[in-house]
Amino acid sequence: MIDDTQRAAPIVQASAKKKRGVAIQREVAVLLAMIVFNLIFTQHFVSLQTFNVNLTQVVTIVIVGIGMTLVVATGGIDLSVGASMAIAGALAPMLFMNIDGPLGIVLAFTLPIVAAALCGVFNGFLVTRLNVQPIVATLVLFIAGRGIAQVVTDGSLQAFTNPAFQWIALGKIAGVPFQILLMLVLVALFTWIVRKTLFGKFLLVTGGNEDAAYLSGIPTARVKMIAYTVCAALAGLAGLISISVNSSSDANVVGLGVELDAIAAVAVGGTALTGGKAYITGTLIGALIIQLLRYTLLAHGIPDAAALVLKAAIIIVAVYVQRKRG
Amino acid sequence: MAQTPLLDMQDIDIAFGGVAALKRARLTVAAGEVHALIGQNGAGKSTLIKILTGAYRKSAGTIRFDGREVDFRTPKEAREAGISTIYQEINLVPFRSVAENIFLGREPRRFGLIDWKIVQRRASELLESFGLRIDVRKPVRDYSTAIQQMVALARAVSSDAKMVIMDESTSSLDEREVELLFTVVRRLRDDGRAVIFVSHRLDELYALCDRVTVMRDGQTVAENTMQQMDKLKLVTTMLGRTLAAVVHEDSAVKEANLAKRGPVALAAQGLAAGAKVTDVSLDVHAGEAVGLAGLLGSGRTETMRLLFGADRPAKGTLDINGEPASFKSPKDAIARGVAYLTEDRKAEGIVPELSVRDNLTLVCLPALTKRGVVDVAKQREIVDGFIESLGIKLRSPDQPIRELSGGNQQKVLLARWLATHPRLLLLDEPTRGIDVGAKADVAKIVRELRDAGMAVLLSASELEELTAVADRAVVIRDGETVAQLDGAQMNEASIMDAIAYGAGAESTLAEAVEEAKHDR
Amino acid sequence: MKKNLPILIALAALLVLGVMRYEHFADAYNITSFWRYNSMFLLISIGMAFVIITGGIDLSVGAVAALASVVSALASPHGGLAAVLSGSLAGLAVGVLNGLVITHMRILPFIVTLATSLGAHGLALLLGHNDAVGISSDSNFAAFGQGDLFGLPIPGIVSALTAFAGWIALRSSRFGRHALAIGGSEEASRLMGLNVDRTLVMVYALSGLLAGIAGAILAAQFGAGQPNEGVGWELFAISAVVLGGTRLTGGDGSIAMTVAGVALLGLVFNLLNFENGLGFISLSAYWQSVIRGAFLLLVILLQARVLSGNNKVKVAH
Repeated sequence: MIDDTQRAAPIVQASAKKKRGVAIQREVAVLLAMIVFNLIFTQHFVSLQTFNVNLTQVVTIVIVGIGMTLVVATGGIDLSVGASMAIAGALAPMLFMNIDGPLGIVLAFTLPIVAAALCGVFNGFLVTRLNVQPIVATLVLFIAGRGIAQVVTDGSLQAFTNPAFQWIALGKIAGVPFQILLMLVLVALFTWIVRKTLFGKFLLVTGGNEDAAYLSGIPTARVKMIAYTVCAALAGLAGLISISVNSSSDANVVGLGVELDAIAAVAVGGTALTGGKAYITGTLIGALIIQLLRYTLLAHGIPDAAALVLKAAIIIVAVYVQRKRG
Repeated sequence: MAQTPLLDMQDIDIAFGGVAALKRARLTVAAGEVHALIGQNGAGKSTLIKILTGAYRKSAGTIRFDGREVDFRTPKEAREAGISTIYQEINLVPFRSVAENIFLGREPRRFGLIDWKIVQRRASELLESFGLRIDVRKPVRDYSTAIQQMVALARAVSSDAKMVIMDESTSSLDEREVELLFTVVRRLRDDGRAVIFVSHRLDELYALCDRVTVMRDGQTVAENTMQQMDKLKLVTTMLGRTLAAVVHEDSAVKEANLAKRGPVALAAQGLAAGAKVTDVSLDVHAGEAVGLAGLLGSGRTETMRLLFGADRPAKGTLDINGEPASFKSPKDAIARGVAYLTEDRKAEGIVPELSVRDNLTLVCLPALTKRGVVDVAKQREIVDGFIESLGIKLRSPDQPIRELSGGNQQKVLLARWLATHPRLLLLDEPTRGIDVGAKADVAKIVRELRDAGMAVLLSASELEELTAVADRAVVIRDGETVAQLDGAQMNEASIMDAIAYGAGAESTLAEAVEEAKHDR
Repeated sequence: MKKNLPILIALAALLVLGVMRYEHFADAYNITSFWRYNSMFLLISIGMAFVIITGGIDLSVGAVAALASVVSALASPHGGLAAVLSGSLAGLAVGVLNGLVITHMRILPFIVTLATSLGAHGLALLLGHNDAVGISSDSNFAAFGQGDLFGLPIPGIVSALTAFAGWIALRSSRFGRHALAIGGSEEASRLMGLNVDRTLVMVYALSGLLAGIAGAILAAQFGAGQPNEGVGWELFAISAVVLGGTRLTGGDGSIAMTVAGVALLGLVFNLLNFENGLGFISLSAYWQSVIRGAFLLLVILLQARVLSGNNKVKVAH
């Protein structure tokens, strides 16, 4: 029987690398346009302070977004990242406030991230062993995870001053906050992982065509498990940064709404929400675009709420454009 | 009586990707008639039907239905005009009841709400008139395929279809069920409707149909009454060659190939799993190409998946290269030197957004990795090598694989497996949906592999292609291996006969083949 | 019927626990205020049930309810009827938008409704100038949320009638049956000639409308439209629907069981309050989300068990 689905595709002008290059250029162009707009119309835009403030707002979203990009690349989604942030943020102060000295600091960095990673293992288990849809699987922790953090801290705020711990957020190297550098290093690291390692390839294939992956001997279950675990661990790290910035940990608030922001950054950054692609730098740019949008609006007196409406429209447009392109 | 036919299709043309699928095809069907539409796989029957029912748009020709010229743009239009289709894959909603499926979209209502009592009563009455007494409240999926076919037919009848097209409806039914189905079809005919019946089972066609249209290579090559076409004439018209020619071609070459073959690479005995594979036994030697023949849905793909470890058998044994094998997943099979080129490259083969390079090295990638990092230079070397040796036409190895033509995609997938240096190659419809040039290329490559000592198991619906490449054939019917054909029996006509009736069928066809053999 | 047993047993167990342990649990006051408060969640859960039955999901119901509460509060100076209508219409509008974008732009429901939830939240904040909007004190709007009719809470009557209508619609209306068919097999439904797009738009419109009514009840009950309320409501609805045995992949579902799911989730909160009142232990309200999450997990595990039993031959991957 003749199969009509395999028509020869029309020859495209740009090669694959160039095509992605064009797409990145599109996103960078949008970003540059917004920067130029602000240069012209917004006072005090060109200052180290503005630069730092904007990038700082973005750090937690980008770090969570990196993990989300990995999960989305496998064709899934993780709604529980906010809960992971809250759990990590709740544990850390309990550790460094009760265990003195360097040991306390070290534990305060490692154990919360491990706890968050366990959340990821839980998600991964539901998705790979029980074949639960990712959105439902991560819904469980979305509902219960924050509750666990709240129960453990009894919903109360833990305020603290601990320069050693808070250096991760407040420390500076050459005038640039450490957290920004950390974010950039993570973006570079994971971009390299996706592009150059075996795991990166397996990740893209698992999301790009899971049946083909399975039939090619790729351990898709293990790949997904790693993705969910790393995503939750990164969220844990973001949680530590978040409480450091605020010098306080409130389980009711840490990471609230970050999943939406991360998904938005991923979508605007060009990673298809259906899986098979992972543009880590795109997520960074996506987060920056959204942040600049908020900043631009705020600087010109438009209420923050309007930014939400615009964010919604951007997500729809970004996803739609991607479908047409792909 | 000179009556205008209910359906008159003339000079139908259509092409896909530059390849003509139908060339001036014709089909004429009268009301109150059961009309057989036959031809080998790939002859164009399904394409013609899809044009009629509005799934495809013809590029030339006219269609007259029920007295007016029509050109259906959607299946909905065809249905509203009175044409109903019963497919082999039942298109009913499995969780819904029999009664609901029959009336879905046309539910009788009382005060705005569906009157279930009427729905159930009418459904029961309809099915009883077919000779079927079942509980119409139970979900459709609780019933066998045969019953589901009847439900689909009942839906067509209840919607006052003027013409019903039945596409390979009997291929998974037993004799009793077939007879039941035929009663219904005859009733439809007597009611003045027209039925187009597509099937491979020649005896059934003779029992049921009034007229026949034969297609070959996208053209209509014969239109006649069933009576005036005897079975031999039918088969030779379908194949386009005399039986003698079919029997003698290449059989000497094939016998020579079989004599040269090496030790057993694959031995399967009594494999069974689920509903699709009931009893499969076959073997493949190194240096031979075995063809797996059978209808759509006969279990060929499911068998290959069992051999590859993609599914697990409930019964039976499997030996690879003389050692027993019990694969838990494809990974195990790959480690033992088995490779599987899937049937549906879009769904299970290519990773569309990834580059040709990444697609090609997908399975052998772990071997190209040092401490987690891919060795790009080695990867490039392998990819360039295959691009050349298989003649893959592309702009750059970095372009997304979905930009390549079907034939070139298939070559990349073949290269993917060859890069793992397998000992046993399982090919599922390797030449489906690709252009003629690529088909020839792939056939040549497979023959070369076989000559170099690879064991090849090849499944193909188009018997002509199967016989061109394979040295002997194993025929599968309803999940069971029913015949092994080689030598003089390794020809399209014999394979077709075995597909329809199993081995040793005492049909005039088998006798004719024997005679033709002795004609030399 | 077998699959409904666990939730019915759990429900019965909680009820028995409540009656035996807490003095005022079975009082008319507790029952009516429970019914009144959970009416909002019942409404959105019914809408969510229809959406999930078609194989989709609606993550915007919480934000839509918040938006509707602000809209109806703003309209309340013109009377209670105007308030209810405008809130409902606001919800309906967003629902229709969801449906149209999903069917015409062919984007996944979860993304579209995620985006509209952001947009609706933003709109609610804008309309309310980032603050709660008090309802007009000289309108009868408050009665819609706080009043009684024949001794029964008005929101309770509204939600009960809606549940009944939903139950009938699913059983015997073309809309309901087509929704089931589409969820069961969208392809077969299309081939059988059903107008799939129209049914899908209607389903999302219904979900939005019910969220709108819920928002109006919210404003009327608590005296103000609240732009930041509604967070997590969609989760409640999804949990209730899943607890009620409806499969997330669609094709099958029950309004009656969804009602049971809402009751179960609501009871958890209710019992927790009583337990704290007893003073033996102090379980903070935070335990609520942990327990609800645990219930959801339990149901997921049970459903997964059932599903894996049906996939004998295929190796899970």
